[in-house]
Amino acid sequence: MSASAITLSGVDKFYGPIDRGVHAVKNLTMEIAKGEIVALLGSSGCGKTSTLRMIAGFEEISRGAISVGGRKVHTLAPVKRNVAMAFEGYSLYPPLTVRENMAFALKAARLPKSEVDAKVASIAKLLEIEDILERYPSFISGGQQQRASLGRALIRNADLHLLDEPMGQLEPQLRAVLRGRIKHFIKERGLTAILVTHDQTEANALADRIAVMEGGVLQQFDTPDMIKQRPANLFTGTFVGEPPMNVFEAYVGNAAGKISLRLPDGLSLDYDHDAFSAPVRDQLLNRERVVIGVRPYAVRRSKEGVPATVSANQWLGDQTHIAADFAGGSLVLVEHDRTRLELGAPINVSIDPKNLHVFDQASGNAISHGMELA
Amino acid sequence: MEHTSLLERILRGIALTLVVIFFMFPIVWIFMMSFQTNETILRIPPQLVFEPTLANYTALITGKLTTVSGTLDIAFMRNLWNSVFLSVTSVAVALLLGVPAAYAFARHKFRGSEDIAFTLLSFRFAPALLVLLPLTLYFQKLGLANTYFGLIWVYQLICLPLILWIVRGYFEDIPADIEYAYRIGGHSWFATFRKIALPLAGPGIAAAGLLAFIFAWNNFVFALVLASADKQPVTVGALAFITSSGIQYGQISAAIVLSITPTLALALYAQRYLVEGLSLGAVKG
Repeated sequence: MSASAITLSGVDKFYGPIDRGVHAVKNLTMEIAKGEIVALLGSSGCGKTSTLRMIAGFEEISRGAISVGGRKVHTLAPVKRNVAMAFEGYSLYPPLTVRENMAFALKAARLPKSEVDAKVASIAKLLEIEDILERYPSFISGGQQQRASLGRALIRNADLHLLDEPMGQLEPQLRAVLRGRIKHFIKERGLTAILVTHDQTEANALADRIAVMEGGVLQQFDTPDMIKQRPANLFTGTFVGEPPMNVFEAYVGNAAGKISLRLPDGLSLDYDHDAFSAPVRDQLLNRERVVIGVRPYAVRRSKEGVPATVSANQWLGDQTHIAADFAGGSLVLVEHDRTRLELGAPINVSIDPKNLHVFDQASGNAISHGMELA
Repeated sequence: MEHTSLLERILRGIALTLVVIFFMFPIVWIFMMSFQTNETILRIPPQLVFEPTLANYTALITGKLTTVSGTLDIAFMRNLWNSVFLSVTSVAVALLLGVPAAYAFARHKFRGSEDIAFTLLSFRFAPALLVLLPLTLYFQKLGLANTYFGLIWVYQLICLPLILWIVRGYFEDIPADIEYAYRIGGHSWFATFRKIALPLAGPGIAAAGLLAFIFAWNNFVFALVLASADKQPVTVGALAFITSSGIQYGQISAAIVLSITPTLALALYAQRYLVEGLSLGAVKG
């Protein structure tokens, strides 16, 4: 990794008076390397857009510091920060055509006209909006406006590209194609980008690293793989992954040479002591209650497993999602074959200990992932 | 295609005709009166057929009013000029002050911003008569009575709140992100105000300006009390036609025709422009 492109240190955002207003972003510290694509992922109101707007300079930060390329920028006007941004609401200039809107972003750079035309043409090709370049924003669809807005941001050669929900309005097929192209475009030019999204597929596909946010707090900042495999806490575990991770509260028991995780309804998952590594075992046995999580893909049907009752069975064309009543809650499992199970059919499920995520019951922080401590 | 029966169309035509007659009749009647002498106007019963004369207009333009009791000097052309000057200048000043203020109120929430905006609006609540006496006394003390400067100042009571509140609404309707997009592209906030906010709010500013102009033009009571003959607008000047030898209906009508012509022309011209401009972005510009 090369020098950091942007650093946020201890950034707080209050809407209203400091310490009394709405605390939208809490003590956010992040470092993003040059050439990296980072996704801010979270549900509505988690502070991800506030973060983006603070970086752009449309919101003041209440505390902390932001530097772009080693330069403290949080006191500078947006114009001096050298960042480009695609807005969620597109924000195209109504009296200008799509072409003019995109070329307009280059005005401050004072390039010769031929170069501007070439840049507009190549971006338009990338985003498949060549045929609407001469149209006005109010005459094109939302998806086209969004691509024009994205183009207006990508055409610039800024230190940092901020993309707020850049593909929310696009059709799924087009979205998949553009994701690949945009990632290639950004990587090829060595641009640094931060995108805000609530779509985890988009975050997974585009980002080198994902910052999961909730309640204004950065929950985890890691590669998509690591977030999937080693969620830092219960929130990340259940938020990322589709269908979401199954979680159950369990009492830890140690009897007859087995570690048993006792679930409601008198059910119990029993494992041999050596199913866990020594440190994980110690952590488990030190606790009375834990929360266990398992991804739907890791739940297996087996003869000796714990009983459950099928409550829904859905064939999606390439996989089956089976929901079952299990331990006073609901358990979802995914199978790759078409499974014919009637509603109410009894099944038995087992969970391999290496697929088990264990979280602290009080704090929600991860204790272990399979054999390893978190 | 819209389906309307013949009967429906006939009824609608009749209704529209009635409305147009109701609203247009006074204007048409005044227009006709302006080409008649007092004698033909006061005939009983009134008649639609008459011999048109330009005497009323001649009298107004030359400033010589001939009545049975002699010739009077009237300053109608001067009044008309005063009206134009006072209204145009007042609206210009109000736009200059009001548009940036409206932008500030729309975009920046600061301590007391709502209170200040409301106070400005409240100028329009108070009946003019309420402030007239103190205002007259102040103006006499300050030497502002019977000056254009003083009148334009007082006219701000009429124009400024109107422009501020209408234009503020238009600014608020512009998504802030459009301005942000421009600013992040390397432009100062002033350039953003000039190049993005002003053009997008243009139709609103024009509408507010037009309305303020009409209100200023029609003002009577401030001008009556605070201005003497040489600074009076037409609204007050028309009083001169009530002479010792009777009311000069012909000249009053001609004066009215002349004094509504500028506002009418402006409204008709601006209406076309407003309709075009209101369909934001739909037209090249």
